[in-house]
Amino acid sequence: MRVVLAEDLALLREGLVSLLETHDFEIAAAVDNGPSLLKALLDHRPDVAVVDVRLPPSFTDEGLQAALAARRRVPGLPVLVLSQYVEQLYARELLADGGGGIGYLLKDRVFDAAQFVDAVRRVAAGGTAMDPEVVSRLVATGTRGAPLARLTPRETEVLELMAQGRSNAAIAERLVVTERAVTKHTANIFTKLDLPVAADDNRRVLAVLAYLNR
Amino acid sequence: MNGRVVQESRWQARRRTPWRGFRLGLLAFPAMFVGSWFLLVLMTLGLGLGVLLFPSASNLLRGQTDLYRRLIERWTGTRIDRPYLPDPERLEDGFKGRFRLLSSRLQDPATWRDYLWTLADPIVVFFTAALPGWLILYGIWGYLCAGFAGEIIVNAGGSDWYGFVHVGPHYPADENARIATVALGTVFIVAGFLSAPRLLAVYGRWGRSLLGPTEKSRLALRVRHLTESRTEAVDASAAELRRIERDLHDGAQARLVAMGMSLGAIEHLLDKDPEKARILLAKTRESSAKALHELRDLVRGIHPPVLADRGIGDAIKALALDHPMRTEVTVELDGRPEPPVESAAYFAVSEILTNAAKHSDGTRLWIDVRHEAGMLRISVTDDGRGGASLADGTGLRGVERRIGTFDGVLALNSPAGGPTIATLELPCALSSPKTSLS
Repeated sequence: MRVVLAEDLALLREGLVSLLETHDFEIAAAVDNGPSLLKALLDHRPDVAVVDVRLPPSFTDEGLQAALAARRRVPGLPVLVLSQYVEQLYARELLADGGGGIGYLLKDRVFDAAQFVDAVRRVAAGGTAMDPEVVSRLVATGTRGAPLARLTPRETEVLELMAQGRSNAAIAERLVVTERAVTKHTANIFTKLDLPVAADDNRRVLAVLAYLNR
Repeated sequence: MNGRVVQESRWQARRRTPWRGFRLGLLAFPAMFVGSWFLLVLMTLGLGLGVLLFPSASNLLRGQTDLYRRLIERWTGTRIDRPYLPDPERLEDGFKGRFRLLSSRLQDPATWRDYLWTLADPIVVFFTAALPGWLILYGIWGYLCAGFAGEIIVNAGGSDWYGFVHVGPHYPADENARIATVALGTVFIVAGFLSAPRLLAVYGRWGRSLLGPTEKSRLALRVRHLTESRTEAVDASAAELRRIERDLHDGAQARLVAMGMSLGAIEHLLDKDPEKARILLAKTRESSAKALHELRDLVRGIHPPVLADRGIGDAIKALALDHPMRTEVTVELDGRPEPPVESAAYFAVSEILTNAAKHSDGTRLWIDVRHEAGMLRISVTDDGRGGASLADGTGLRGVERRIGTFDGVLALNSPAGGPTIATLELPCALSSPKTSLS
């Protein structure tokens, strides 16, 4: 699997390169600024891009902007955004075009290599990987919508994991229950939240976010 | 600023203007009494009695001229700021305090300008603002003369002039004289209505020249404001530094120390008890994540990332997303204010939003961000129960102080029962927008 990597801190860039390489990714390019990221994305058309939000030259949200620009030209280009901070605003912008293959994680998720690589794979496969912190904040502010109050604690847990982009199997494993139980919970959630049942992971997240955005 | 001015049509304004001037003219009568009283008090200064009476007399005089300032601003749109130099701080009770107040007020040129105003205004107002009213009244008197009053005057044995028309023994029978009277009266009335706006404007300028601040007092007031806001800014930033230092000391720094200690322990345990070392390692990693988390929160409190990346508009949108109330944000900006102004505005809005969430009991919020006439104007409206005030809300006072450093003002409109509208205005220029990559 070919990866384009953008990270301005040399140390972290090297670290990510070696981490991904040990997990059988091929690094097509590793860049350290916004403009060359956009160029690399358009030239290499990687299977997945791992991008830091804040990049030179402006040290603002260059990385995010480059990723969004690239996705406008190459619809569905899988992008995993890493950031020191997670901002709902940015998460929503990333998800706004409705295409799959989006991830938005805190940089420290790299600490847990297995989970991180799992997230990269999920995004490359067209799924989503939302940072638990984004999701929990989304769910927390989502309480202004009364229907969320109708969920049982277990269902809320499932909703959070679902919004992170996990499959039913992954949720089942995480909560130590059977997959059938998870399916039942998700069905309940969809009914309670008045959401049309959708097949793939990404659409589930979009449905959740669309609900929370109301 | 002119929030109390009810929108009126041009026709209404035309109709009302002469009588506004007329009322200003009538105001000269009580003003003369106030002026005389002030003079009397001044003359008794030597007797000591004046020292006791002076503060109230000068307050009375100021109240009188304040009324003029308000009326002139409301009716002519000429804004007149209060020119008074600040009274000495910390006045002692008793004679000494009164004496200091006396001397400071006597040294304030505005006091004398106020007095000059009460002396000169009765004459000036008669020839400017009040004149159209008199003209119209005189015109109406012309109609009355032609109608029946002329006859009464003549029958009573009187003899008089209406303009150039002699109201004499022949008047009741003289058709031409009556027509001339009516014509002349009409001219007076028309002239009154036509001249009123201009004369009122002239009066406004006269008011500003004498009741407004001089360059000197303007500077003195400005210096005082700057001194106050600088002190507040220094205090606020010192407090902020202390908070950051404390947060670092109690939070991230302490965690790093603890991590160092655990690492030492792990090193020690590695050979003896690898299982225990593994548990300790997991804990240490958790600690490092927590330290990162705390640092992140700290940085967010100093300079929020979205604000740094995108500016005030998107930063407020991000705040709105995290807000428990349903929030709509409209932003109309074609650039970014200076970073310090942006940051002050951001934290001010953040505080207002926190207040709304805590106290308003509302469910919805509307935030409007725009740049108009050199001002960044942000208004936050909620549908809550109102009753917010600057007096008891320390949070809102803090907002006021924060933006006061940049000459910003906070206006709060919060009648009991709601809704609450908090509007802040910060003078600033916008820099051209960042060119985006796309």
